[in-house]
Amino acid sequence: MECYLDNSATTKPCEAAVQAAVQAMTDVFGNPSSLHRHGFAAMQLLESARAAVAKPLSAEPGEIYFTPSGTAANNTAIFGAVRKNRRRGNKIVTTAFEHPSVEKCMERLESEGFTVVRLIPDKKGIITAEQFAEVIDEKTILVSLMAVNNEVGSVLPFTEIASVIRRKKAPALLHVDAVQGFLKLPIIPKKYDIDLLSVSAHKVHGLKGAGALYMRKGVQLPPYILGGGQENGLCSGTQAMPAIAAFAAAVKACGDVRENLETTELLNGRLREKLAGVQGITVHSPESALPYILNISLEGIPSQVSVNFLSGEGVYVSAGSACSKGHRSPVLTAMGLSAEEIDSAIRLSLSRETTENEIDSCVRALQNAAEQLRKKG
Amino acid sequence: MQEIILIKNGELALKGLNRSTFESVLVKNIKRRMRDLGGFVISRSQSTIIIEPTEESFDMDEAVERLSKVFGIAAFQRAAAVEKDMTVILAAAQEYLEEQLADISTFKVEAKRSDKAFPLKSPEISREVGGALLAKFPHLTVDVHNPDRIVTVEVREKAAYIRCNQIKGAGGMPVGTGGKAALLISGGIDSPVAGWMLSKRGIILDAVHFASPPFTSPQAEMKVHDLLAQVAKYSGDIGLYTVPFTEIQEQIRDNCPEELFTLVMRRFMMRISERIARREDCAALITGESVGQVASQTMLALGCTDAVVGMPVFRPLIGMDKDEIIVRSRQIDTFDISIRPYEDCCTVFTPKHPRTRPKLEFLEQAEQALDVENLIQRAVDGARFEIIRCTF
Repeated sequence: MECYLDNSATTKPCEAAVQAAVQAMTDVFGNPSSLHRHGFAAMQLLESARAAVAKPLSAEPGEIYFTPSGTAANNTAIFGAVRKNRRRGNKIVTTAFEHPSVEKCMERLESEGFTVVRLIPDKKGIITAEQFAEVIDEKTILVSLMAVNNEVGSVLPFTEIASVIRRKKAPALLHVDAVQGFLKLPIIPKKYDIDLLSVSAHKVHGLKGAGALYMRKGVQLPPYILGGGQENGLCSGTQAMPAIAAFAAAVKACGDVRENLETTELLNGRLREKLAGVQGITVHSPESALPYILNISLEGIPSQVSVNFLSGEGVYVSAGSACSKGHRSPVLTAMGLSAEEIDSAIRLSLSRETTENEIDSCVRALQNAAEQLRKKG
Repeated sequence: MQEIILIKNGELALKGLNRSTFESVLVKNIKRRMRDLGGFVISRSQSTIIIEPTEESFDMDEAVERLSKVFGIAAFQRAAAVEKDMTVILAAAQEYLEEQLADISTFKVEAKRSDKAFPLKSPEISREVGGALLAKFPHLTVDVHNPDRIVTVEVREKAAYIRCNQIKGAGGMPVGTGGKAALLISGGIDSPVAGWMLSKRGIILDAVHFASPPFTSPQAEMKVHDLLAQVAKYSGDIGLYTVPFTEIQEQIRDNCPEELFTLVMRRFMMRISERIARREDCAALITGESVGQVASQTMLALGCTDAVVGMPVFRPLIGMDKDEIIVRSRQIDTFDISIRPYEDCCTVFTPKHPRTRPKLEFLEQAEQALDVENLIQRAVDGARFEIIRCTF
């Protein structure tokens, strides 16, 4: 049985999303900025999509800005926040295992003279609010952290950071990269005083080509991409309507976030339990991790080899690390794992559609891998 | 005015009685390389090959791009072919050279007159053409000793040719004049360069690649395809044999001492390649090894791999440093493909402490644990053949 466990890379678009995209390419094909009937229809579709994406975040539609991707949302948030706040300080606080769409922005800002403090996770990928409190000061202009780490699934204390910022009297804006957490954890930015929060459509059964930035009402950022002034000037470029319509449809089809989380917790428990019976498997994700992600190592087997083998068995997972010739995973490196563990790491990532049968066939395939890929005798 | 291409072949001019054979191979290669560019005719006069388009649609820029990758060409030039009439020549020079003279400040004109019936002598032609160019392009001055560019006017039997820019060719010998050899290719930086270098010496390439699914991925095989397709732009079509290698690698892993793994594997690769090579009339093997680069490429290790081969093994990179090899791989546009991060058969099961000074008898002893002959035969029989085409 085919078993797709690479949902943190991308998900299969749900039927409702596909239908919505088709509709946005056939009936409602207009440019939302056009004044005529087709434009107006597209504009209505766009605004209803905005409301749909705002709903699970308990945000106002006007706080949602569509972007071409999660990466674009992160870039817009980070460069915008720093530009806005640059006269108030020079320090940026983030973590050492952010997604490249955040880390590369930090490297650019560092080269421009900003001081970037990267908090180091422990061996299980955990970073505490106290670690943030130790470094945030009145010169800190931006705090950017992910809600959920994309490789190991550890949940960061994004709910507690705003109060740290207030306590330290920092002028900082708070940005949360919630690409892996959106619709998997209940995330309500207003409740946690989050200023900026990035999400992506294709991680939640939508299409590639749409993301969104939540920007708290009252916050104004200079735009990162200039042009026709779409999305209230924050992200110019004609909106990718098929992907945006599909995004909204996928969000609506998601069901109850807590219920899904509970089901996935059971699946994750089953997976961990069964993997304990396979020889030479180390689990890198902490017990407290988001149950949608499980990072493991198959001792002595390079990541790519496991991925190839499992692919042959109809089980699709991702390599925790590039090949022995490529670069090691910066996430696992930051967590202080050994080179052997990093080189053999793979990530299993579930979705709300994952079944018990899939979990069981995945475990069987891993069992086969452990038996067949290792030295005999 | 018609534009043509004049091609100077390099070393070929030095060849004695074989020269005409070598030249006809070169002409054939050029024809094959350019056949989809529109109609043209090729003629030879002395050591120059002339390409004359016969259709308006002939793509001159693309032709130049392709010719720059044909081995056996030392240099070539685009030229205007015009009627042998001084008025026509002067007007054509002014029109044809405009672009090429725009970004320089000094020039000189050289004239050659092989048609002695032409009324003006060479120095007179030079003077007139120079005068016409100076009149048309006031930013230019003549410098006969150290000009930025030399304009050449050649009056031959059929027409007069005006040209200015010499383009360096790929050099070497026409592919096909040196026989055929089999290149061992893994997907790294070195082997494509090694193949390119011997193709440059006129050798037709076949390639042998070892695939070990699931230890190696489909992406790794695609990488080898892409590398060979890039080399084929120079060498012409390449026959690729993809050899199933998983069983052999597993057998070595399970039955031989770890520190000898790589060398036993290399010896299998050599034996299998030689067998395929002989069957396909290849006279040698080619590898991208260079002394000391990795443990299996020390002098003693190379000796141990050579011990199983009964034909020449060419290692054109043998004395090159890695950075020198990289420079070349960038030149031939294989570098960016080579660094795609996929495991290949050489990177799986690599021992932690490989032998750098191996003894042949230890290897032979280690191989006694294996059914060498049957393993080789199964691998050779299972090899998949395809042709990697030279396309642009």
